[in-house]
Amino acid sequence: MCVVRVENLGFSYGGEPVFSQVSFAVRKGDFVVVIGANGAGKSTLFRLILGELASPKGKIRLFGDDSRPRERRAIGYLPQNGSLANGDFPATVEEIVMSNLFLQIGFLRFPKKEHREKVRESLERVGMAAFAKRLIGDLSGGQRQRVMLARALVSDPELLMLDEPTSGVDLPSIVSMFELLSRMNGTQGITVMMITHDVDNILEYASRVLCLEKGSLVELEKTQFIEELSHKHKHPARSREGAKRHGSF
Amino acid sequence: MALFEYEFMRRAFIVGLLLAVIIPCIGVVVVLKRLTMIGDALSHSSLAGVAAGLVMGVNPILGAGVTCVVAALGIETIRKKMPQYSDIAIAVVLSSSIGMAGVLSGFVKNAANFNSFLFGSIVAFSDFEMTLVVCVSFAVMLAFVLLYKELFFIAFDERAARLAGVPVGMVNNIFTVLTAITVSIASRTVGVLIVSSMMVIPVACAMQLRASYKRTVIYSVCFAVAFTAAGLYVSYYARLKPGGTIVLLGVACLILILSAKKLLKF
Repeated sequence: MCVVRVENLGFSYGGEPVFSQVSFAVRKGDFVVVIGANGAGKSTLFRLILGELASPKGKIRLFGDDSRPRERRAIGYLPQNGSLANGDFPATVEEIVMSNLFLQIGFLRFPKKEHREKVRESLERVGMAAFAKRLIGDLSGGQRQRVMLARALVSDPELLMLDEPTSGVDLPSIVSMFELLSRMNGTQGITVMMITHDVDNILEYASRVLCLEKGSLVELEKTQFIEELSHKHKHPARSREGAKRHGSF
Repeated sequence: MALFEYEFMRRAFIVGLLLAVIIPCIGVVVVLKRLTMIGDALSHSSLAGVAAGLVMGVNPILGAGVTCVVAALGIETIRKKMPQYSDIAIAVVLSSSIGMAGVLSGFVKNAANFNSFLFGSIVAFSDFEMTLVVCVSFAVMLAFVLLYKELFFIAFDERAARLAGVPVGMVNNIFTVLTAITVSIASRTVGVLIVSSMMVIPVACAMQLRASYKRTVIYSVCFAVAFTAAGLYVSYYARLKPGGTIVLLGVACLILILSAKKLLKF
């Protein structure tokens, strides 16, 4: 089943085209990495899929159907710098994760034991159960990012969309987060779409690489891309042109 | 205690303590949404409403309520159009309210009555005003409890709340009206120049204790209740203005907490 199917999608900001004729499909169980230079429209593409922006050009089908409204429960979203903003907010990890159970709890209703259990399970999945009562401001950047991941996972999403989840996070935390995502993708079948500039580390885990460049989207052969990357590390100067082509990796 | 022998002091305590419960509930969300100046803008717009009420022969608190709600919705509308510059919305409403209050105050015959709204008059409450405060306080408390998780989510991350399906626009509008109503009834008691401090200082004290959101709300209410009770007590025996005394006690407590934190390094 196609989790996301994008057909001939185009988008402009104030008459300035960002991209056009973008088409791709994400199947259940895919681990898709979206790369591209800054300003290429990666976050805009995510916002269109999430329904935050609308475009008159093209079609987006989610979970095999374009007629029903966006399935909010079925998509978990981790925004760019989501963990770094509001670091001084007086809230515990548990309270933050619980907030995303809004639809399950219901408008004007209060959380029950089953909801607290879901929060605990979600924190366990990301290895943060021991931090449930801690304040978000007391955690490191990597730990906060895991909390935000737990918040995205608590509603049992079929699709997880992550917008540069590793920005501002140290290398060990980055690797541990990618391993965690890979495990969830492999064992729990959660489809992952991730925007990242950290191509060196993610390629080991990703199944597909989509690249937005010069207003259009191309799918890159993963093996060819890895070769090009390793060539870059051996010959940084000669590979500058390649780096320009695929964004800042 | 001798001060409870007087009917006006018993009323002052009931009204003061009810307000001490609802003002910080609103204040927590206002502070965390980084809209602390909204209290100032609304209290000044309530002053314009008070002046309009006195000029037209309508109950000034009702006048304050109407102008506060209009001003609050105006701020929310401008904030939506310029989300990056929400302080502009507050500045526009604040200056236009002061302008309107200034112009209308020239037509108010009983200047003493108008001036009593500047610093509040917690001990001179009519039966109607007393009933109004009690009803509004319970309505605000109920709304805050029912919207507790929605307000938390929006204050923490408005965008994520919208994506999760929270009716952000509706909740923000309800909260805006609650804020406006609270400010308008509080301006009669603690005064328009002080109400925003009552909204911010107990929350600032509670935030120094570094607790969860739930505890921050509870601590804010406890601080506000303590400041109000102590303020009324001190003002009765020292013959001071109650509104100003309550706020000054709050500021003194905040300074004490900040100093203690620095000394004890917690």
